[in-house]
Amino acid sequence: MSSVVEEGKTYEPGTYPDLPPPPSTVGIVGWVRENLLSSTTNIVITVLTLYFLWVILPPSINWLFLNAVFEGASRDECRAIMREAGASGACWAFIGHRFELFVYGFYPVEERWRVDLSFILMLAAIVPVLWDKTPQRGKMMIGSALAPFVIGWLLIGGFGLETVPTDKFGGFMLTLVIGVTGIVGSLPLGIALALGRQSHLPALRIVCVVFIEFIRGVPLITLLFVASTMLNYFLPPGTTFDLLLRVLIMVTLFAAAYLAEVVRGGLQAIPKGQIEAADAMGLKYWQSMRLIILPQALKISIPGIVNTFIGLYKDTTLVIIIGLFDPLGVGRASLADTKWQGLSTEVYVFVAIFFFVSCIAMSRYSLYLEKKLHTGH
Amino acid sequence: MKLFKTLAVSAAVAMAATSGTASAGTLEDVKARGELNCIVTTGVAGFAAPNDAGRWEGFDVDFCRATAAAVLGDADKVKFVPTTGKTRFTALNAGEGDILYRNTTITMSRDADLKLTFLGVNYYDGQGFLVPKALGVTSAKQLDGASVCIQTGTTTELNLADYFRANGMSYEPVTIETNEEGQVNYLAGRCDVYTTDASGLAATRSSFDNPNAHVILPEIISKEPLGPAVRQGDDAWADTARWVLNVLIEAEELGITAGNVKGLASNGSNNPAINRITGVEGSYGEMIGLDKDWAVRAISAVGNYGEIFERNIGVNTPLGLARGLNAQWTEGGILYAAPAR
Repeated sequence: MSSVVEEGKTYEPGTYPDLPPPPSTVGIVGWVRENLLSSTTNIVITVLTLYFLWVILPPSINWLFLNAVFEGASRDECRAIMREAGASGACWAFIGHRFELFVYGFYPVEERWRVDLSFILMLAAIVPVLWDKTPQRGKMMIGSALAPFVIGWLLIGGFGLETVPTDKFGGFMLTLVIGVTGIVGSLPLGIALALGRQSHLPALRIVCVVFIEFIRGVPLITLLFVASTMLNYFLPPGTTFDLLLRVLIMVTLFAAAYLAEVVRGGLQAIPKGQIEAADAMGLKYWQSMRLIILPQALKISIPGIVNTFIGLYKDTTLVIIIGLFDPLGVGRASLADTKWQGLSTEVYVFVAIFFFVSCIAMSRYSLYLEKKLHTGH
Repeated sequence: MKLFKTLAVSAAVAMAATSGTASAGTLEDVKARGELNCIVTTGVAGFAAPNDAGRWEGFDVDFCRATAAAVLGDADKVKFVPTTGKTRFTALNAGEGDILYRNTTITMSRDADLKLTFLGVNYYDGQGFLVPKALGVTSAKQLDGASVCIQTGTTTELNLADYFRANGMSYEPVTIETNEEGQVNYLAGRCDVYTTDASGLAATRSSFDNPNAHVILPEIISKEPLGPAVRQGDDAWADTARWVLNVLIEAEELGITAGNVKGLASNGSNNPAINRITGVEGSYGEMIGLDKDWAVRAISAVGNYGEIFERNIGVNTPLGLARGLNAQWTEGGILYAAPAR
């Protein structure tokens, strides 16, 4: 039996199992036939998609890159350059001139190395938490636990560093400070609330239920507004209570209430037999939670938890209401500069790219985690 | 029980410690703090916005700086508290700021009902209409049946309704939230007319690709006197801040500029009105809780009213606003500051 295909010869199906598959089912041709053109519906969808891409992509690329102006001191210079070229595109010079404002907000120029260092420290602290193959993970985790304090000291100052008031925080840095603090703070709090809600102790359960329902029943914007202005009416006159700290607390509490419900969903999906088995083995409440219930419940809840985190991260843009400048706030304030007024598309595209990159990173990590923890049942 | 006692005692101590910092007046608070908290907008072209380096600039911002220079001796000792239209008064009344310079229209309800004290007018504005030239309209009276882009929840929305009803015309409102949204909608042709304060229209028009294709109609349909405000009930602080504003306006009338104010202060002048402002005669600074050089510091920091106007919103800036009503009373405007004497 020969495994070489002879030209012009036809083969009866099933008679030559060692022949290579026909050329129309392998390689690019095969992939296209299989995935894009396998049925009439698919052909229609493929054609429509190609048409939309053809309509959308070339103008976008022209606007974003080919016709874009990267240098110029003002909107008028940008427009003059475009008029000369006879094509309209983005004026990225605007973002270029404002880049530092977008990243650091009003943080003093000579102290900005502290923000850079904090960012590097944050990345270093996140690695052992997220990646279980980190060498010396145990020791690194101690570093991660200490990192928030070091970063807080670096950003705010004191103890040998010049103090930077938190109202100077802004831009991407502010988003990261609020987002990361909210995420780190709300996860343990949310789990605690979820467990509290399922507790057999009535007082604890009622407190948790009231807290969760109250926070979930009020929009975040209201909470931020209360934090920024109403709080002063309740506190003794003359008290100053850092605005950013109030925001951090409110955002954390808000996310924690939502997380508590996500985690509760996970807890309820665990069969009762698991708890009974843990009891039968003589495990105490915390032991059974830590070793048996929570690992399973949290694994189920990953998509919901990451969903909440992404929502929280994007909600940081609401702080503009209380006068803190997140990237979107910086962008809007920049649009009020008479030099650059009118370039709103550039600002929104730029900020959208930043949020897209951050959020896609979070969602990809959650997929990785789900795959890793998948136990096959 | 012991735990509760400890908690109660520590709470009481904390209360005492925090309330101890409260003091009699805003002026003393500002001096003790060494920084003026000035409430501004989150960004209005020409009036207040951070520049490329993150430094606040603008017409209202300069008045904040002048106040800080008069009170604290340094025009940079200002903390700018950006607020939106919704949060500005709450922020002032809650003590987040000492003074509000946020192109705010003085109205009776804000003065009486919201418990503010307005200090005077630093810009006379009024609501106008922006239309494309191609529409062929030359007067607001011809706008019957037009679709109008209008910001929701503002006094301009009410003014618009009043004006069209008074003239027996109808219009189709296209509601928008922010100025940028208004620009985009107007340029895309979703509304025939864009209406807001005339200064805002000028700023919007200046940002267009082809500003000459659009005109601002001659009718101004409302009175919008914009001015600073402080919390009601602290008259001493209101006096201090009011006279900083007045003296900047009067300085222009008397020809005192950032360039010559120091010379006038050290050499004196033949004009007693100038001498009263520069502290050569009388003790006017002491009357408002400051020293005799207060006005010299304010004027040398940012210039007189005219200099502030020309630098931020005048004809040579992208906004290109003419003085109009905001010229001195001696030059055909209605700017008429009470004399410092």
